[in-house]
Amino acid sequence: MTVVRISDDAAALACGANAVAAAFAAAGCDVERVSSWGMHWLEPLVDIDGQGFGPLEPGDVEAVLAGTSPKAIGRIAEHPFIARQQRFTFARAGKTRPLSLDDYAATGGWAGLKRARELGPEATIAEVTHSGLRGRGGAGFPAGIKWTTVAKAAGPVKYIVCNADEGDSATFADRMVMEGDPFMLIEGMAIAGHAVGAGKGYIYVRSEYPHAIAKLNTAIALAVPHIAPFEVEVRVGAGAYVCGEETSLLNSLEGKRGEVRAKPPLPALEGLFGKPTVVNNVLTLAAVPWILANGGQAYAEVGFGRSRGTMPIQLAGNVKHGGLFEIGFGVTLGELVFDIGGGTATGRPVRAVQVGGPLGAYHPPADFHLPFDYEAFSSADGLIGHAGLTVFDETADMSAQARFAMSFCAAESCGKCTPCRIGSTRGVELIDRIRARAGRAADKVEALPQMHNARKAPRTLAEDVTLLEDLCETMKFGSLCALGGFTPYPVLSALKHWPEDFGVAVPDQDAAE
Amino acid sequence: MTDHDELDAILAAHAGREGALLPILHDVQGAFGHVSETSVRRIAQALNLTRAEVHGVVSFYHDFREEPENRPVLKLCRAESCQARGVEALAAALPDNPRVKVETVYCLGLCSVGPAAMIGHEVHGRLDVARLGALVESLA
Repeated sequence: MTVVRISDDAAALACGANAVAAAFAAAGCDVERVSSWGMHWLEPLVDIDGQGFGPLEPGDVEAVLAGTSPKAIGRIAEHPFIARQQRFTFARAGKTRPLSLDDYAATGGWAGLKRARELGPEATIAEVTHSGLRGRGGAGFPAGIKWTTVAKAAGPVKYIVCNADEGDSATFADRMVMEGDPFMLIEGMAIAGHAVGAGKGYIYVRSEYPHAIAKLNTAIALAVPHIAPFEVEVRVGAGAYVCGEETSLLNSLEGKRGEVRAKPPLPALEGLFGKPTVVNNVLTLAAVPWILANGGQAYAEVGFGRSRGTMPIQLAGNVKHGGLFEIGFGVTLGELVFDIGGGTATGRPVRAVQVGGPLGAYHPPADFHLPFDYEAFSSADGLIGHAGLTVFDETADMSAQARFAMSFCAAESCGKCTPCRIGSTRGVELIDRIRARAGRAADKVEALPQMHNARKAPRTLAEDVTLLEDLCETMKFGSLCALGGFTPYPVLSALKHWPEDFGVAVPDQDAAE
Repeated sequence: MTDHDELDAILAAHAGREGALLPILHDVQGAFGHVSETSVRRIAQALNLTRAEVHGVVSFYHDFREEPENRPVLKLCRAESCQARGVEALAAALPDNPRVKVETVYCLGLCSVGPAAMIGHEVHGRLDVARLGALVESLA
């Protein structure tokens, strides 16, 4: 009987994979549901003996089985999008059934945990430190150093917390790990627990990922004999973007409002329930089994500058070939957008690429020489974040995007610190005025004669723009966490690179900054 | 089983669990469709919290509602990636249907196949005006 492999990743389901699977089953095929290859523009993608067909609809089944389908893409593993990647974290993507312990063990599963147990905690941490692995959630903090801090912290109770609150637009790598290779994440957490002496791990998953939650719960129950005495539990978020910030995530896990905590104390010393806690992103923990199985050195040999190893980059938005592309750091932004992503899906010229989600800067094509590297992006007033790229074509209105960044911050602010809570709302108002080219006259109170220090003359557009820059400065340096602190990135980058969208005629922004 | 018993059963199921409030609220909303004033009172008592503390948590998170929503809900993603793929035009073209609640969410993780929407646990990608309209119609 023909074995037909179809992904049950949410991206494939959203494109109708279940209907295609049912059609193959009805045609007498043996349908296996596997993880996604990450070529989302081809979903639902079908794999028959290594040959790919996509994107399929139920009506295509007959032609595929007859060998006459025009949607054949040849051998999937040799597809240029796949062949060009260096897949460490996503080595199993498209190849294994997510909840099959046999598939997992047959593809090198549990080897990392086994080696960690042989090495002992200290040598395990040394291996992670040596690999150069940095936190994949966005901050890029070296994982080995965080683990060392927790390992050395006193106390019998410690926790591993996996941050799976992947709220950034353009990111879905965490979701793909949880839905496609949940055992790898569980193994990574068990290794972390072994290394720092923690007995319990929590995975905090956002409620928008019901498929990931279901897969994780099943996988955890199956994995118990492999990870015992370490325990893992899934906790479900409740729609608060800010809970992706580690301290607010910890508050949420404790059953409180997801408000940010001031640091110090570091979560590594006083984290969940006041106990030493490792908080790592899904991709960080998912990289650990590979590092332990293959050695930190092998991981460190790939990469660029101080960014070692591979990064699962997510191509999204208006891009022809959207999906997951894992490669060593150092690939340039232009290569990602054009060579790999194929340019825009609409075929219009690229206007902007937002890197790193709602808090990441908008980059113009002039930045396309930038290598994918934490330091290179930060020196270009941007950030890698969780490595999601949103491509916009020339129809994008960048002042509208800047306004959205502020309104998103206003909607999602936890309210703890003033620059973020108030600044975001004032930012929306200010950008609205700039967009309307309205200027601002003195209001009733300001016009009162006793308000000696209040300004009576109307504010001009240029003054409003300066005020916006000033507000961004305050938010950037005055906010407690990255939500308020990084919202200025999309706003200021839009203002800097596309001043015409704000009605600013001659750009002399470099001098102003 | 009365609502009161069902609430007590939920509370009993989570007894002794660390940081139990969010899981309890999810279960309560799952069972009753919303977190009522009566539920808040009972939960606060069971967890030895003040009603204000529980209310603070319920009102903080977008997922929890304090009033029942009897219409079917379609969650439409309007974050940047779906914007780049044209969701704002879809939202503008969507006719008002009083029998369906269309909610905005920021990101369903389907950023490469947007515009995307979710109904219950069912996900839909590559939406255009016609497909989104048909989805809303199918719920009404």
